[in-house]
Amino acid sequence: MKKRWISLYVENDIGVLARISGLFSGKSYNLNSLTVGTTEDETISRMTISLTSDDKTFEQVKKQLNRSIEVIKVIDFTDVAVHRKEIMFIKVKNCTFQDMTELFRMAQIFNLKVIDYNKTTALMESINTEKINNDFVRLFANAFSNRIEIVRGGSVGIEAIN
Amino acid sequence: MQITGSELFVKALKKEKVDTLFAYPGGQVIDLFNALYGQKEMEVILPRHEQGLVHAADGYARSTGKVGVCLVTSGPGATNLVTGIATANYDSVPLVCFTGQVPTGLIGNDAFQEVDIVGITRSICKYAVTVRRREDLGMIIKKAFYIAKTGKPGVVLVDLPKDIQKALGSDSYPDKIDIRGYKPNTSVHNGQMKKAIGILNKAQRPVFLIGGGVNIAHANQEMLELAELTNVPVITTIMGKGVIPTTHKLYVGNIGIHGSFAANSAISECDVLFSIGTRFNDRITGKAGTFANNATIIHVDVDPASISRTIDVDIPIVSDAKKAIFALLEKATTLNTDEWLKKIENWKKQYPVEMKSQYMTPQNIILAINQIFKKAVITTDVGQNQLWATQFLELNEHKQMLTSGGLGTMGYGFPAAIGAKLGNPQKDVIVISGDGGIQMNIQELATAIVYELPIIICILNNGYLGNVRQWQELFFDKRYSSTCMRYRKCCDTTCNSPNKECPEYTPDFIKLAQSFGAKGIRVTKTNDIIPALQKAKENRKSPTIIEFIIEREANVMPIVPPGNALNDMILESEETAK
Repeated sequence: MKKRWISLYVENDIGVLARISGLFSGKSYNLNSLTVGTTEDETISRMTISLTSDDKTFEQVKKQLNRSIEVIKVIDFTDVAVHRKEIMFIKVKNCTFQDMTELFRMAQIFNLKVIDYNKTTALMESINTEKINNDFVRLFANAFSNRIEIVRGGSVGIEAIN
Repeated sequence: MQITGSELFVKALKKEKVDTLFAYPGGQVIDLFNALYGQKEMEVILPRHEQGLVHAADGYARSTGKVGVCLVTSGPGATNLVTGIATANYDSVPLVCFTGQVPTGLIGNDAFQEVDIVGITRSICKYAVTVRRREDLGMIIKKAFYIAKTGKPGVVLVDLPKDIQKALGSDSYPDKIDIRGYKPNTSVHNGQMKKAIGILNKAQRPVFLIGGGVNIAHANQEMLELAELTNVPVITTIMGKGVIPTTHKLYVGNIGIHGSFAANSAISECDVLFSIGTRFNDRITGKAGTFANNATIIHVDVDPASISRTIDVDIPIVSDAKKAIFALLEKATTLNTDEWLKKIENWKKQYPVEMKSQYMTPQNIILAINQIFKKAVITTDVGQNQLWATQFLELNEHKQMLTSGGLGTMGYGFPAAIGAKLGNPQKDVIVISGDGGIQMNIQELATAIVYELPIIICILNNGYLGNVRQWQELFFDKRYSSTCMRYRKCCDTTCNSPNKECPEYTPDFIKLAQSFGAKGIRVTKTNDIIPALQKAKENRKSPTIIEFIIEREANVMPIVPPGNALNDMILESEETAK
């Protein structure tokens, strides 16, 4: 079992997302994350999908995706040089003054952008790889147990130039 | 010129050369039916239930090679298609199904007779789409027909909202279509084919394993030439049966859990397995890891997703079956397989597929069908009747079998025969059904009557849902749970054997036939089989039901018990042989 990445060009039509996600659930493929947005051509959307599977299942996933009429192109991103980033919001609530000081210090050290705050609550933005964001979730969950709220966007990826 | 969506719909069907439309009206398709009224190019067939309708379109498509076309209303009309869509798609049958839909402005409002049929069918068809703009209508219909019949054929569903049917727009219908995400494979990989032929030419014990793909590609003649050129024995799946004449000396039999001992043994002992157009479904492979263990496996299929899915393949070749066979015919040579063929012949003689009984057997019935009908389409239902048919039916270039192989849909056989007869009026059309399955779409007798279709419906009546009963007998200690069709309220719920006190069968199929205006014949003795079939053959105006009262607990043998390797079969009741 291994974590895999796929970049998918699809028709920007109603129902295509349902078709793709339905393929994963219907065939019991283990989907980790899926992001979708339009491309420079507004009739085409691009998805970044991550999943965990063995080699044989992954081959099937790619073939099944290719088989869908709405899928224009399947690119295996697993072992190629790509830039991958995920946006994540971390909100920390019910902070004391001391907490706030600590929070701002953490944000500075880990290069997180504080985008909103008041006396007791702060909102930070992290644009990092999925793995680094995982680390932040753990870090903040430890430091501010039961007071954090996390929203994650899922990874988007694009081929590296060099 | 500006025309309505409904008028463009009719124009499009004519352009696609649709000659038969299977259609059931309703509120959200009334405009489409209005546009169909009075036109002469297409025959519009009105079945009695939408499930019967879609199976009829399926039978029409399988037996003619054309696209089957359905038109039904929204809501229940659409949901009644679901089983038939899955049936057709599973067996790669080209269908285009049009469903009515509530007006676009009402979609999502839980309007009367509104269902999300595109959502419901998404995972059981090749493509499904709702037309949301009148200007897209022509392009979408063109696309639907193109997708349905090319590549690995399948079902396309087009959902037509009522306002689109009414809206005025262009009358143009495209001649060609280009779909950027859909480019069916059209060539054979030369390098892979060369490798495959190299391996085949060195084989000592080769077999061809042929699936439904070769029948779909209409490559039967070429396949026969290839078998004869190479001298390689041919084994088929149920869907591939008939690809070469079943009486041919190179034909071994069916593979699978009810395959012949010879075929299953040959698969287990071959050194090269050259398979074309099969997806190695679990019904043919037996226990995982034991399938063709001694063989180098070559797999040709039009669908890349079918290759190396359940069985690891040594040489994958993505190609249309016909193109691959053409390529093989160019390069293949004659092999010396005499000894191997002799060995297979011995297996055949040692354990022939046959039914021994003092009573009238399904084998007697099917052999009589073989004898009497020379140009025929034979449809089967699902269950024992189907398995017996696949064991004993004689098929060749004049005799075709239609069966629900992938989905295994009870109720398929009779409506499929209606479609087959409409598409092949010059051929005899025979249904081999059970007493269970025939009741699932028996209402279509009315359709056969009104369109004067002399279909011969053979009901093998054992008063049981026989295939499940057989499993209960062999693997569940004879606990006949809900499989007796003669059960009544007065019966003991733990009854596990038929006896003299069994209640009378209901319905009386003879009276039922008569009530529709069809003929009904009951046969209880072997000697009466042929006269009954002949009588039915002479009835050219209406369908005939022949009810064969067969032994209640007859089994389909041989069988590979669940979890066994293919050649580890129960050959006869109470006797296991290796």
